Amino acid sequence: MKKIYSRIEAIAGNVITVHAGGVRNGELAVVSSAGRSSLAEVIRLHKEKVSLQVFAGSRGISTGDRVRFLGHPMRVSFSADLLGRIFDGGGKPRDHGPELDENMIEIGGPAVNPAQRIIPRNMIRTNIPMIDLFNSLVESQKLPVFSVSGEPYNPLLARIALQAEVDLIILGGMGLKHDDYLFFRETLEKGGALNRTVFFIHTASDPIVECLLVPDIALAVAEGFALQGRKVLVLLSDMTNFADALKEIAITMEQVPSNRGYPGDLYSQLAARYEKAVDFSGAGSITILGVTTMPGDDVTHPVPDNTGYITEGQYYLKNGRIEPFGSLSRLKQLVNNQTRGDHRALMDSMITLYAAYKESLEKKAMGFKMTDWDRKLLKYGVIFEREMMDLSVNIPLETALDNGWRILASCFSPEETRLRSELLHKYWPSREGETD
Amino acid sequence: MTKGRVVGINGNMVTVEVAGDVTMNEVAYVSCAGKKLKSEVIRIRGRLAEMQVFEMSRGIGVGDEVEFTAELLSVRLGPGLLAQVYDGLQNPLPELAAQCGFFLERGVYLSPLDEKKEWPFTPTASPGDTVTAGDALGTVPEGIFSHRIMVPFQFREPLRIERIVPVGAYRILDTIAELSDEKGGRFPVTMTFTWPVKRPVTCYRERLRPADPMVTQIRIIDTFIPVARGGTYCIPGPFGAGKTVLQQVTSRNADVDIVIIAACGERAGEVVETLREFPKLADPRTGRMLMERTIIICNTSSMPVAAREASVYTAITLAEYYRQMGLHILLLADSTSRWAQALREMSGRLEEIPGEEAFPAYLESVIAGFYERAGLVRLRDRSTGSITIGGTVSPAGGNFDEPVTQSTLKVVGAFHGLSRERSDARKYPAIHPLESWSKYPGLIHAAGTEYARDILFRGNEVGQMMKVVGEEGTALEDYELYLKSEFIDSVYLQQDSYDPVDAAVPTERQRHVFRLLFKVLASRFDFGSKEMARFFFNQLRQKFLDYNGAPWQSDDFRRYEDEILSFLETKRSGEDEEGDRILKELGGVTAGGAS
Repeated sequence: MKKIYSRIEAIAGNVITVHAGGVRNGELAVVSSAGRSSLAEVIRLHKEKVSLQVFAGSRGISTGDRVRFLGHPMRVSFSADLLGRIFDGGGKPRDHGPELDENMIEIGGPAVNPAQRIIPRNMIRTNIPMIDLFNSLVESQKLPVFSVSGEPYNPLLARIALQAEVDLIILGGMGLKHDDYLFFRETLEKGGALNRTVFFIHTASDPIVECLLVPDIALAVAEGFALQGRKVLVLLSDMTNFADALKEIAITMEQVPSNRGYPGDLYSQLAARYEKAVDFSGAGSITILGVTTMPGDDVTHPVPDNTGYITEGQYYLKNGRIEPFGSLSRLKQLVNNQTRGDHRALMDSMITLYAAYKESLEKKAMGFKMTDWDRKLLKYGVIFEREMMDLSVNIPLETALDNGWRILASCFSPEETRLRSELLHKYWPSREGETD
Repeated sequence: MTKGRVVGINGNMVTVEVAGDVTMNEVAYVSCAGKKLKSEVIRIRGRLAEMQVFEMSRGIGVGDEVEFTAELLSVRLGPGLLAQVYDGLQNPLPELAAQCGFFLERGVYLSPLDEKKEWPFTPTASPGDTVTAGDALGTVPEGIFSHRIMVPFQFREPLRIERIVPVGAYRILDTIAELSDEKGGRFPVTMTFTWPVKRPVTCYRERLRPADPMVTQIRIIDTFIPVARGGTYCIPGPFGAGKTVLQQVTSRNADVDIVIIAACGERAGEVVETLREFPKLADPRTGRMLMERTIIICNTSSMPVAAREASVYTAITLAEYYRQMGLHILLLADSTSRWAQALREMSGRLEEIPGEEAFPAYLESVIAGFYERAGLVRLRDRSTGSITIGGTVSPAGGNFDEPVTQSTLKVVGAFHGLSRERSDARKYPAIHPLESWSKYPGLIHAAGTEYARDILFRGNEVGQMMKVVGEEGTALEDYELYLKSEFIDSVYLQQDSYDPVDAAVPTERQRHVFRLLFKVLASRFDFGSKEMARFFFNQLRQKFLDYNGAPWQSDDFRRYEDEILSFLETKRSGEDEEGDRILKELGGVTAGGAS
């Protein structure tokens, strides 16, 4: 019953146009020519004229190629068989394993009813002090890592994935360097996490349209597992590539660009993906950790800017460290009062002192006179950066808190920390065992 | 009924070939896979009508049938709106969840009001009375309010009441009265009717100039940049500066009868907090639950974009309905930028010539039209009602020069600009005291706030200078000015949102505390050295912060006040002439908490 159309009328960018009837918006088609075939999705209809976005790109497509409509939108197979497998953006295996075609589910499904969400309440421990102590990650949070290219954001993601207490990890790679893809695979394999991981990988050399599919396909699978009651962590690296793919397609489609060439619906497009993060009342959860590389370290660039308005905070990765300023977890208040009595107070005190250290550093650089207090701060700042901010530090929250007290005690007198007396009484280390 | 067929689809815009008459902004339903998807006509060209679909457009095909309703996009008005949680099209979300589960299934439209519930109706009009649009026929109790059952707003001509039901319990669809016009037409009236969202309700005698402050219990707002009941204000700010927190706090404490929250294209998580907490939070004014005087319209960022625009109109129409009952309503829209972006997306699909940053050229008039629906009005029964609109703006890159912020600034009465600098320094609220402005009268005599603002301004200048020349190069007099401005900031402009007392400061206390603050500002000091000056203000600040945390007129409160006054005397050498004159106007401060 499905007709085959063999007359492609226009090819522009990755979009082809054919004359066809009975086609529905969002429907999939197979475009095939001698020796190759690709999926394509209907993105615009005008009377008989159907515009399709070809997943594998339009290079080599001839006007005589055949187009066969499949009668359904983009789908992905969902079952426990996905675990440990690696797919591309179109859902095809890239690990030489068998193709899966059971229990197909649609991708890019409807939004969750806000009335069915619950207030997040569980902390996800990562054993990174800058996260656990200062900007706790919360189950169902959506949080990007803002980073300049060249920073070790992928190792950071991999490490969080390995150490986070979640049931499943889904990695969506967009425009990933092939080396980075191999790095993820090896790291997760070594960490013994491969059998609870699903990969959807689009590498930098793959067709651009597949890049657009990665978040949707990854999140559709995540949603499936979450509805089964699993805690799922979705890693998306790098969302700037996703946005750039959107830009490329929008411009090919002759859409009016809004800001630095990005389409006007960039916010809605990003939000539709990030908002999939959810804690279902009575089922599992999806936590999204993304990477947004900032071109030129510019946080006002449209991609980080729109992302910041959507996500619940951000980790700001700079010089190989998570910066305490600029980083923010909006949900940390929901969990850091349940960890240990000194968590919030110690967090505030240490950050305030670190800010004071930065000021002293500036004063020193400008040649102003250093006071005793400045010298104490300068000592503190160095220790803080070494023992708290360094990403190689790998300790549970409680140890980090204890270390925090030890650092304060090695630099300041108790009243200089502005901490409440009862906390000082309980946690201030005795003189012995003090380190320098 | 006009019908049509789909001939084109582009994103959420559908082009329909129509056989018959269509009306601009008419609602139509597109049949797709057994579902009927709500849409609105936004452009008509010959026999082609272009419509925005309020749902995902996936699966719509050329040739699909479209039914036109001949009705504009409307909301249902009547008792039972309070405490509801609606999406942008007035679909009740909890009921939708009960029916469809976790996800928002498209094409499901439920009745916004409970049609089975019985309301105890008391007539206030009698047969033979002449009535017209907006006049009360009777009342039903709704929470703490007496909900007026009104003549539907469509009836602009005088009508005679032929029949009205006696006191008793009725459902919203029961006929409670029958009206007739001069020509003998008879109109049955129920407790509910619909009203198109984009048409302002104007059933009032006259519009008045907003004069009374709407107290938010946030000092920097009420004292320095006040909002009037019936006025408008906007809160632009970069992400993470605390726009939404400010709105949430305002929704709890604002001195109004009803709060309508329009969560427009923002995070779902933020709505969830309101959704889950308001039913448990007591309203400090009435002792009842906050939810009982709140309506939430929620079209979060991942919900269909076209309904985002509808959501702010739905919210303002519900506000106008309650204003007709002589109530004061606050509408909080978070964020108007998302709504403007929805306009931009649609404008792009319509291939209109773009304006600045690709926003449509009519952006300004659309924004102005929305804010102009706020206002204080005198109703026909001489009572007054008001709508205050507070909208957040999310400017791209935190830059206030962009079109949405600028268009909004032209039409609002107050501007509460949030600054990244202040939020990074963990100052709450992060409203910038010097850049923000208000055209409304505040709680405090303008001469007093002007004097304080002048100190803030000059102190800030000294602060900037000090960054270059250092403390060493600053004159003691200037340094004192700088310390005074920092003092205003830390003890008055900032509030501790976690402290139960300091989080919300009522009118009386604000006036009292401002006088004490002013006494400090108008004082001249004899410090001798900068170290001494800094030490003095540090001590004074600590005392003032403790004072801010002490319950109003408690023993602690009086004790701290006395301490501040006597500590002040230790270094005070006199007062500024002008300051002293203003202080007398403000009422002065004497020891012991009396004023």
